[in-house]
Amino acid sequence: MARIAGIDLPRSKRGVIGLTYIFGIGKSRAGEILAKAGIDEHTKVEDWTDENVRSISSIIQDDFTVEGELRSEVQLNIKRLMDIASYRGLRHRRGLPVRGQRTKTNARTRKGRRKTVANKKKATK
Amino acid sequence: MARSLKKGPYVYHKLLQKVERAKAGNKKTVIKTWSRSSMVIPDMVGETIAVHNGKTFVPVFITENMVGHKLGEFSPTRNFRGHAGNRKR
Repeated sequence: MARIAGIDLPRSKRGVIGLTYIFGIGKSRAGEILAKAGIDEHTKVEDWTDENVRSISSIIQDDFTVEGELRSEVQLNIKRLMDIASYRGLRHRRGLPVRGQRTKTNARTRKGRRKTVANKKKATK
Repeated sequence: MARSLKKGPYVYHKLLQKVERAKAGNKKTVIKTWSRSSMVIPDMVGETIAVHNGKTFVPVFITENMVGHKLGEFSPTRNFRGHAGNRKR
């Protein structure tokens, strides 16, 4: 059982993959960390010794911001954009795509489920 | 792609002159500019710059947080008033 950076304990996966369960660590960072700790990428998480686990967590603690800390950092960046009323901040406020994507169609990830407006077939009024 | 560091931030030279003059003059004047692509530099902090959005000049009070952004980011070019028949809000 490996418990690193708080709540995460993926098991029975290769080391590189296991580490990517931590928010803020993807494959390349996972590789970096394991190389630095001197652990083979292919060793399963469950096969790590306590020693390994300790060295990995210390590397993560020193070099990377992960999980809650990272999440709040991201939120702060967004908040900054909103406070200075920049275009990107306004897009965040409205819940629309920020990076210039089209909104005529698609953009469902930002806008959420389709809300059907106007019922054109029936001409009531 | 990011601009080369060698060149430094882009600020339209006439805007730069205006900013310097405003700083020296010590009066609170609004600087009008069309140069939306100019970067906000630390010298501008505390000034009010009216940035053209294609139609009018939008006054932008420059704060420290804005340094590094482009002036155009603070002057929206589109004005979405809502869809027809959408009476809410």
